[in-house]
Parts: sequence; structure tokens; C-alpha cells
Amino acid sequence: MYRHWVLTALLAWPVLAGLTVLLVPARLAKHVAFAASLVEFAISVPLWWTFAPDGGMQFVLDVPWIPAWGIRYTVGVDGISLFMVLLTTFLVPLSVLGSYSYITTRERPFYCLMLVLTSGMIGVFVALDLFFFYVMWEVMLIPMYFIIGVWGGERRLYAALKFFVYTFVGSLLMLVAILALVYFVSQRTGVYSFSYAHLMAHLGGLGPVAFWLFGAFFLAFAIKVPMFPFHTWLPDAHVEAPTAGSVLLAGVLLKMGTYGFLRFALPLFPSVALHPAVQRVIVALSLIGIVYGGLVAMVQPDFKKLIAYSSVAHLGFVMLGIWALTLQSVQGALLVMINHGISTGALFFLAGMLYERRHSRLIEAFGGIAKVVPMLAAVLTIVSLSSIGLPATNGFVGEFLVLLGTFRIYPVAAMIATAGVIVAAMYLLPALQRVIYNPLDKRVNETLPDLSLRELAVLVPLLAGILWIGVYPKPILQRMEPSARELIQSVRLNAAVFTAER
Amino acid sequence: MNLDLAQSGDLLQALLPELVLTGSGLVLLLVIAWRHRTAADLRLAAWVTLAGLAAAGAAAWWLWWHTARAIGSPGMIAVDDFRFVADWLLLGTAGLTVLVSFDYLERERLLAPEYYALLLFATLGMLLMVGGDDLMVVFLGLELMSVAVYVLAGINRHSPAAAEAALKYFLLGAFASGFLLYGIALVYGATAATNLSQIGAQVRTLGLGGSPMLLIGLGLLLVGFGFKVAAVPFHMWAPDVYDGSPTPVTGYMATAVKAAAFAALLRVLAESFSDVRAWQQIVWWLAVATMVVGNLIALAQRTVKRMLAYSSIAHAGYLLVAVAARSSLGSAAFVFYLVAYSLTTLAAFALLAAKGRDGERDVLIDDLAGLATRRPWHALALAVCMLSLLGFPGTAGFIGKWYILVAATTARQLPLAAVLVLTSVVSAGYYLPVIMAMYMQPEPSEQAHAGMRLGRLGGVVVAVSVAGLLVLGVRPNRLLDLARTSGDGLRASPAAPAATAVSTPTPTGR
Repeated sequence: MYRHWVLTALLAWPVLAGLTVLLVPARLAKHVAFAASLVEFAISVPLWWTFAPDGGMQFVLDVPWIPAWGIRYTVGVDGISLFMVLLTTFLVPLSVLGSYSYITTRERPFYCLMLVLTSGMIGVFVALDLFFFYVMWEVMLIPMYFIIGVWGGERRLYAALKFFVYTFVGSLLMLVAILALVYFVSQRTGVYSFSYAHLMAHLGGLGPVAFWLFGAFFLAFAIKVPMFPFHTWLPDAHVEAPTAGSVLLAGVLLKMGTYGFLRFALPLFPSVALHPAVQRVIVALSLIGIVYGGLVAMVQPDFKKLIAYSSVAHLGFVMLGIWALTLQSVQGALLVMINHGISTGALFFLAGMLYERRHSRLIEAFGGIAKVVPMLAAVLTIVSLSSIGLPATNGFVGEFLVLLGTFRIYPVAAMIATAGVIVAAMYLLPALQRVIYNPLDKRVNETLPDLSLRELAVLVPLLAGILWIGVYPKPILQRMEPSARELIQSVRLNAAVFTAER
Repeated sequence: MNLDLAQSGDLLQALLPELVLTGSGLVLLLVIAWRHRTAADLRLAAWVTLAGLAAAGAAAWWLWWHTARAIGSPGMIAVDDFRFVADWLLLGTAGLTVLVSFDYLERERLLAPEYYALLLFATLGMLLMVGGDDLMVVFLGLELMSVAVYVLAGINRHSPAAAEAALKYFLLGAFASGFLLYGIALVYGATAATNLSQIGAQVRTLGLGGSPMLLIGLGLLLVGFGFKVAAVPFHMWAPDVYDGSPTPVTGYMATAVKAAAFAALLRVLAESFSDVRAWQQIVWWLAVATMVVGNLIALAQRTVKRMLAYSSIAHAGYLLVAVAARSSLGSAAFVFYLVAYSLTTLAAFALLAAKGRDGERDVLIDDLAGLATRRPWHALALAVCMLSLLGFPGTAGFIGKWYILVAATTARQLPLAAVLVLTSVVSAGYYLPVIMAMYMQPEPSEQAHAGMRLGRLGGVVVAVSVAGLLVLGVRPNRLLDLARTSGDGLRASPAAPAATAVSTPTPTGR
């Protein structure tokens, strides 16, 4: 019972709860939304234990949707998507709780959209039908668009439109690629189906078209990741979005891009993805992302923008790990995806808390506040160190695995990426110093309140995650290993076969 | 039910929807000859019109239910599912337009019951157009429709803009009719037939695919239809006419008139010219030009009505993609898209008609600012319409666009599909600002939206359309089946290479 319906429940519950939120009195909206998101988390938690560390899809539900077009409602998770689902259900309650004091206008629609967004995000991670995947990929765009556009900062309209159009361009080209792929497969098999399993079972035989199809998928996912040079929407969206929007944007939405590479772009077009020229370009772009993101982050006066550019760098690590395609590097990439969700999520929460206290996102507006708000300073220090990748925090484990795995395939790239880790220290530590250490030279900062209980409740789970993964990542690695191994084997094998065919 | 169109009894049965509509049109004329002075008379005329439309719809349903088919030698009228589905679409569109007009006419003090008579006769012309199996019938239907719509465009005699629109529409429309008629004459000259399937047979047996006279005739036909559907470069009249006409009439023109012209075009191309390869290239370029120009110019518009006018041009481009696919899949996609587009556009124009007062010509996109706080339901409905026009998942517009893309990719028209999606991205640049204005900008003053009144019937129209859009966006199965059978109903000639190539593993298997 649970095994069949859990994913559907995870999809349906937030939408139902979101509609309920619209009906309750405005002052109760946030509490109802928080309770609903906790229930969502509670539904998802047993996945951790019931998931068998094994290859293949689990918790599958497969029913016809539009039979005339071979479209089915198919959901399932494997060791790759499991953690994305859990990360989503983990971050949403915290985001709702973190918005309690930030969102003061139109609360009901805000929390409704947050919950609808949850459904969309989970849908992207569990969809095993390309039509359903595409629908979910687009559907989660709307809530985020509204969250940025209605509750964002001064330049919110510009940021929201940019966010929407960038994503829309990529996804529509992906739509054409999906249709073409399904058509070409149907030509060979006689079955017109959008099912992921069906397409995976009949790979190859695409010829040169495969390059263009891969290109369309690549563009859609690369914009979402975002890879250099498609990253320019990200700083605007992050800076203008309200705290919860930034957290979910960084924590979950960016992962959709890298997840898309792992689930679709790589396995569906293995020969293109492993073509040396394509690989070289993508690895180079990842490295540019790592170094460039770090360097640009260094000169940002705006704390949120700094974190946004640090995301570009972190996601560069993920891309590098995926494209090195060794077991360590892929596992590392998955771990960096999780870590980035936790650490950068926490950083955005902290930036939001600082903003609520001073109504400024500028780093120079603070200084020496460690004496005034010791708890906030301590948490910010730990989270920053984890984002830099200090051993014993989660950041270290992920990036170390990526570098280790990459070194065997691309030693030079691994060395450049290692320099990126140093760059991370070079932008985050000075920022940290200017915010919480240095002399306390502004009078307004002398009366800042320290973390409230609610804020602690938001941050403590994140801190626990940071330390837990940093010290004992084995349960996670163990669960993702079979799926990662299966993915690598299938991609390498198919790529070799198709290249030989040509 | 097999109807031998050579026998008058069967022919009358085949023409039942048109006859019912003609009868109710005559009744309506009688009624308004006596009752044309008060607002109550106006409402009476509207109800009579609605009854006539409903009866005609029931007649079309009756024929469809008995799977009426024509047998024997080809007649003047087609009897196939494509006609019935198109009939429903046109009658439904007309019905929704009547419902929107109730309130609008009274508000604008347009006490002209002939409005409804004209609407009814225009719809009759459309039924003839989409049902005509002979170029002469198509032309007669087109003229009946056009003359009625010319008058409708200028029905508001106190508005100079409406007079300008009507005159412009009339002059350019007359030109277009001339092109069309000349095209028919040349086609007749080349094939000695005006019956669509006979033309097709002549082209096939005599190998007329390269005959200059036929090709020129075909080109002129395309020009004539291109005017009516407002395809670039024959679109110049559309924005001004849409802008100047009363808003419900604009909605009617942007949906029903366009749908009828498109359906007739599709039938003519599928039945008569499926062996002439030349038109595919022409339609290909028309589609690209229409999508690109329509979307780019719409970006620059600041009034909602003009924006919607250019957006309807852009949508004509998407429909041309379905036509260019020249397969039964393309015809099915075409039918589905027309339904989705018509529902969306009607609801959008109904909302616009509610927002505007007297000079609704000038509702700027920015005038919608803050609508969401004052009128949350209206704003939600308009937002859904915009998303559906944009082709966003969860709405019927998306399924329609998806269907067209399926048809285009199946016909190996990948560049056309790419142009379609890229221009769709551009369209986000003018649909989203409407949503942004409504939801993300503060209202300029307390009274900014005080005058917005949709009326109960208008509310019904919008609610039905929006609910339809959302339902079709998630559960399109029934309409997909209907669209497919109607697409198959168009006799795609067996010799058409594109149609046979795609018939094997197309998305019909289940």
C-alpha cells in the first residue's frame, strides 16, 4: 500500500493543502501551511527505511493517462532521485517556518504557492514519463515566478520575467527534442510512448540527430543548473526573491538541472554525452563556472548575490563530477547536490535573517556583530565553513569525492577545481569577517536581536544535517551507490556500443 | 446513416443544421420587425438567437450520432465528422458571443437587435464554408459570413473608430474575395470542376501538379484565405479592425471567423490539392512569417486589445503549422487547437469587454495593475487565459500546442517546430506582462477597477471557458478522440506521400 501510493501522496497532498490554505483565515495560513509541510515530510521519511539499496526504480506507480498519445502517469524513485525528494520535503517546512515574519502581505496565496511549488518539484524528481516530466518541469515555474514577482525586492518584475523566460526557452526546445526522440523511437519500434523505461530500452539508432536532441536537453538543463554562460538569471532571481524563494531556488530548483543530466541527458544520449569533444566543452564550462563563480562572488557587495555566485561555483563541481562519470565522482556530485541544498539553503536563511534585522543585504552594513548576536554569528560561521568545504562538515565530503573521482579521468581539471575550493575560502571568509568580526562601528548594529526560537528551529535541523553528513555520510552513499553504478555502467556500455556502430 | 446527396430528401437531411439556422434566422427577423425598441426586446432577440444556435447544434449532433456519410457521386456539401465538429465549434463560439453581448450591448447603449440577426447569418455562412464540398458553396458561405461581419464591425454607429474598422474591413475583405473568386475561376479553368473531390481526382488523373494555371489559381486561393485568417503578409487589416470593433464582435472575429476560414482552407487543401506539392512550401513560409511577425509586433503593443489582435495573428501562424504538416494528424491537431484557442480567446475578450467602459479601445496593459487585489476571480481567469495562450502545461493551450508539435515532428518538420517554440517564448514577453500587471503591481487608485462589471451571463461564459481550459489541459482524452476522428474524416487522398508515410506509428495506437 505505502509502496504504491507514497509518491502520489507526496504529489497530491501539497496541492490539496495549498487549496485549504486559501480557505482558512489569513492569520492561520502560515500555521496550516507549516503543518501541511510537516505532514509532507512525515509521509516522505519512511522512504529512507523502506528504500532497498538496490538498482532500478522503486515505489513505482504506472497508470494510463492519455492513451491515445502513449502518455502514462508513471512515478518512481531510485537512489538518485530519492535524496532529491527527501531534500525537498526537508527544506519546505523550514522555508515555510522561515517565512513567518518575512512575508507580511497576501499570506494565503504565498503559502499556497509554496505548497504547489512543492508538488511541482517532487513531480520533476519522480516523473518517469517524459510528458509528465515536462509538465512538472513547467508547472513549478509558475509558483516560483509569482513568489519572486509578488513578494520580491525592488527589481522583482525584471528578475521574475528573466527567470521565467530563461527557463522557458530551454524547456520549450527540450519539448521539441522529447517529441522528436519519441517519434524516432516509435519509427523503429512501432510503439509511440513517452515512457522513460521504453525509451531507455530502445536507445541508439538516432544518428547525427542525437547531437541536436542532446543539445536541446543540454540547453534546458544547463540554464537551470545554471552553467556558465547561462547563469545570468540566477543572481537577479536570488537577490530579488524572498528568503523562502531563494532557499528553494538554490536548494531544490537548481538541482533539477543536474538531476536532468543524470536522469535524461546522459542515459538517453550516451554516445553524444561521452563524445570527447562534447565532454571537453562541458568539463571546461564546469571549470569556468567553478573559478568564475568564485571570483565574481569575491567582489560582491551584496551578501545574497555573493551566495548566488557561490552556487554557480558549487554547481560547477556537480557538473564536473557527473561528467567525469566515475563512481566516486557521481556519488560526490550527488552529495554536493544535497550539501549545497543544506548549506546554501542555510546561508540564504541567514542572509534573510540579517536582512530582516537591518533591511539591508549589503555586507558593509554589518560588522562586528558577533558580540551582539553570538548565536547568529556562530551559526553563520559553521555554515560558511561547511560551504567552503572544511573537513568534518558536509561540504568537504562531497567535493572531496568529486575531486577524487575526477582526478582519475581529468587530472588537470581536478587540479583546477581544487583551486576553486581555495577560491571559495577567499570569498566566504572575508565576507564572514566583514559581517560578524571586525570592529562594531555602526550604532544601529549594537541593538540587533539574536536568533529567536523560531529562527533556531529553522537553523538547527540544517546544522544537524551539515554535521551528520560531514561525519557519517555512509548511509547516504550506501543508498545511492547501486543506482549510480547502474547509471555509469549503462552510459559507458551504450556509448561504446553506439560509437562502435558508427 | 448513408445519405445520397443526389436525392433531395437526403440532401435536406444533410443540410439540416444549416436549414435549422436559416429558419431561426427568419424567425428572428420577424421577431425584431415587431420588437426592436427596448432593452427587453434586445434580450428577447438574444434568446431567440441562442435557441436557434442550440437547435442547429442539436441537428449537427443528430447527424453525427447517426454517423451520417455521403454516398454516391460527390455533392455540394460534405457529410463528415470534420464538418460536425467544426459546426459545434462555430455554433458554440457564436453562442458564447451572444451571452457576452447581452450585457455589453445594454451597457454601450447599442439598442440594435439586428446585431443578433447578423450574428446568426454570419454563423450560417460559416457553417456553409466548413461544410461546403464545392468551391462555389465555400465562396457563398464566405460572402454571407463576410457581409454580415462587415456590418457587425461597424454596428456602433456613434464610434468613428468602428466606422473606420468596418470600412477598412469591407474594402480589404472585398479585395480578398476577388482574389478568391479569381482563384476559383482559374482552378475551374485548369480542372473543369468546382467540386473539391472532383478537382482532386482531376489533378491526380491528369497529372496537373505542375500546371501553371492551377498553381496560379491555388496561389490566389491561398491569398484569399490568407486575408480571412489574417496570415502575414495579409494581416494588415486585422489589428485596426479588431481594435475598432465592439469587443464581443472582436472576440467573434478572432475566433469564429478565423476558425471557419481555416477549416475551409484545410478542407480545400486536403481534398483538392493533396497532390500539389507546391502549396506546402507556400504554407511553410506563411506559417513562419505569421508566427515571427505576429509575435514580434505583439511585443510592442501597449493596449490589451491590440495585443490580443496581434496574438491572434500569431496563433494563426501556429495553426498554419498544423496545416503544413499535411497529414490527418495535422488536421486533428488543427481541430484541437482551434477549440482550445477559441475558448481562451473568447474568455479573454469577455473579460476585456467587462473591463472597458465606453472607450474600451484604450485599456492599456498597465490599466490592469492591481486587478488581483480588487477582483481576484477575474484576475485568475485572465491569468489562466494568458497561460493557455502561452501554451503552458495544465491548460488546453498546451495540449493544443503539443499536438501541433507532434504533428510537425511526425511530418519531419523540425525547423517549423523549432520556430513555433521559439516564437512561443517571445509570446511570453507580452502575455506575462498582463499577469504581472494584475498580480505584481499595486493598483493606481481605489477606484481603478470599480467600473469592471462582467454580468451574470458573462460570468457564466468566462467560468465555463476557463473550467474547460483547465479540464482539457489535464484530461483531454475525449476531445482528442473527437479531433482524431474528425481529422480522419477529411478524405486525405491515398496518393499523398506525406500522409501515408506517417500513418504507421503515429500516436494513434492504443
